[in-house]
Amino acid sequence: MKRLNGDLVSGAVLVALGVFVITEARGWNYMSEEGPGPGFFPLWYGIAMVVLSLVLVLRSATKAAPGARTDWGAIGRALLAWAAFAGCVALMQPLGFLISLALLTLFVVAVMYGRPLKIAVAAAVGNAIGFYLVFVLALGLSLPAGPLGF
Amino acid sequence: MEALLGLGQGFAVALQPMNLFWCFIGVFLGTVIGVLPGLGPAATIAMLLPLTFNMPPTSAVIMLAGIYYGAKYGGSTTAILLNVPGESASVVTCLDGYQMARKGRGGAALGIAAISSFVAGTVGVVGLMLLAPPLAKFALTFSSPEYFALMSLGLAMVVLLAGASLIKALLAMLVGLWIASMGIDLFSDSARFTFGTTHLLDGIDFVIVAIGVFALGEVLGNMEKRGEGTLLPVPKGLRNLLPSWEELKACRFAFVNGSVIGFIIGVLPGAGSTIASFISYGVEKAVSKHPEKFGTGAPEGVAAPEGANNSETGGSLVPLLTLGIPGSATTAILLAAFILWGLRPGPLMIQDNPELFWGLVASMYVGNVMLLVLNLPLIPLFAQILKIREYLLYPIIFGISLVGVYTVSNSLFDCALLAGFGLLGYLMRRLDYPSAPLILGLVLGDAMERALRQSLMMSSGDLSILVSRPISAVMLFLAVALLCLPLFRKFNSWRIKAIEENG
Repeated sequence: MKRLNGDLVSGAVLVALGVFVITEARGWNYMSEEGPGPGFFPLWYGIAMVVLSLVLVLRSATKAAPGARTDWGAIGRALLAWAAFAGCVALMQPLGFLISLALLTLFVVAVMYGRPLKIAVAAAVGNAIGFYLVFVLALGLSLPAGPLGF
Repeated sequence: MEALLGLGQGFAVALQPMNLFWCFIGVFLGTVIGVLPGLGPAATIAMLLPLTFNMPPTSAVIMLAGIYYGAKYGGSTTAILLNVPGESASVVTCLDGYQMARKGRGGAALGIAAISSFVAGTVGVVGLMLLAPPLAKFALTFSSPEYFALMSLGLAMVVLLAGASLIKALLAMLVGLWIASMGIDLFSDSARFTFGTTHLLDGIDFVIVAIGVFALGEVLGNMEKRGEGTLLPVPKGLRNLLPSWEELKACRFAFVNGSVIGFIIGVLPGAGSTIASFISYGVEKAVSKHPEKFGTGAPEGVAAPEGANNSETGGSLVPLLTLGIPGSATTAILLAAFILWGLRPGPLMIQDNPELFWGLVASMYVGNVMLLVLNLPLIPLFAQILKIREYLLYPIIFGISLVGVYTVSNSLFDCALLAGFGLLGYLMRRLDYPSAPLILGLVLGDAMERALRQSLMMSSGDLSILVSRPISAVMLFLAVALLCLPLFRKFNSWRIKAIEENG
């Protein structure tokens, strides 16, 4: 698949979200004696969401696919960076914030930007120390600690 | 007279050493991120917001506002020196500013930008000071239906000018409303959209969404390309920053034009500083005796947009502080900050928190002077910031985002949500969904639902209450009319052209 019709896919996702919002909203009180209930507002924006995203889907399905090719290489890089960030979040529980951040820095500098390992290690250690000095020592914030106590 | 008394009180607040310090930190940080392309004031304020929770609200507001207007100063520096607009509002400044720099008048162009920013920034603050109190008094007559109509109108304007596709802007806003309604309902005790987890009973904190969509989304988008830390040559010979007398004389009208247009555009929601700078450049060119000089290094082509860009700040604070309606993503984040500190911007804000309102106004005078003093001698230094390699910068932004979100409620679940919203922000960027409507829908969602439901309580369920009251009827009519405008082909092509030029 060289081209991706982003409008079609995102529109379909939003149709699904709108349908979900409407079904949930129908389970709550729409109107009570005191006035509108919790289901009132969501029902209406849910309906608006479904209508608008259907228009988007129909338009993009009838129109020819957008001319520009989808640059999968660029998207891949961004998603790789995102995966690294998500991994860092997952590691914060077992390893603590500073080590996770150092690993993330190492990955970004060495893998994503292809710098020599020496520079990457220096950046990782420097970044972690910098965060420790500014946020833990100077601002006194408590960040998730790892097995080594930091 | 009232304004003068208030201003005196404000200066007493703003000149306290601690507030001076925070004002300085704010404008300094603002200048730095203004110089850095790809990191905007919205993202920075969102990231730093959690760190201000322990500060006195007045100091925190002074600092965050300093970032807001400081970024506009910084953005023009790189526009002039390197043809790289640090913010979208500086795009027009590139046209003549960079040409001046190429002709060896870079120092003068920076000087003109700083002077114009100072003059117009001050005019904007004066406008804010004069317009806000009477507007607040008028808004005191508003009741729930008027508030609902006002928020609808504000959202309609933001949606209209947010992106080429009106449908996508509306959908982004609706998703914002959806996120806003997560958690325990305001009136009843039903839990909505919590997916069965107790983590979501209080809803999703605004900071998480703002940092995810703005800071992370922006960085992930930038990381698509492996830019080799684009080292740009910084022109030398910036010692002489004083513009010549002829250049200043050419800018006379531009100072006024930029100040007035910027302020008016700022008061209107939706059209931010980018549009203000384009319009004032257009006006300047239209009335000029030698329009052919524009684009080749005309000093008034720098002065007008830079002035408009900075005067817009004061204007945009008018609806924010008096009505509680933000007109842009950055002011939406400022609104969220106020709410987090338990201050509800609205018609009563000036009465109830005079030291905060007037302290902020006075601090903006002080901040403008600081920026002038800070910028003129330090411009060559600030230009060096561009030499920071991006692979060093991004991990730092990742780290600050995580710290910011974690400190909100010491929750790793929030950090996981942050990752999710970062992905959302990136995908929205990639698929051309504007992010400002989402943030505005999120910030206004609760208040809007409350206003709508209270209106219908007043009328025992009769929707006609929204149109039977004159003020609310007019505002709702305008909102609908605005959203119908793009249906007219001629207007729509004009609208899309305006948005794309703003790119």
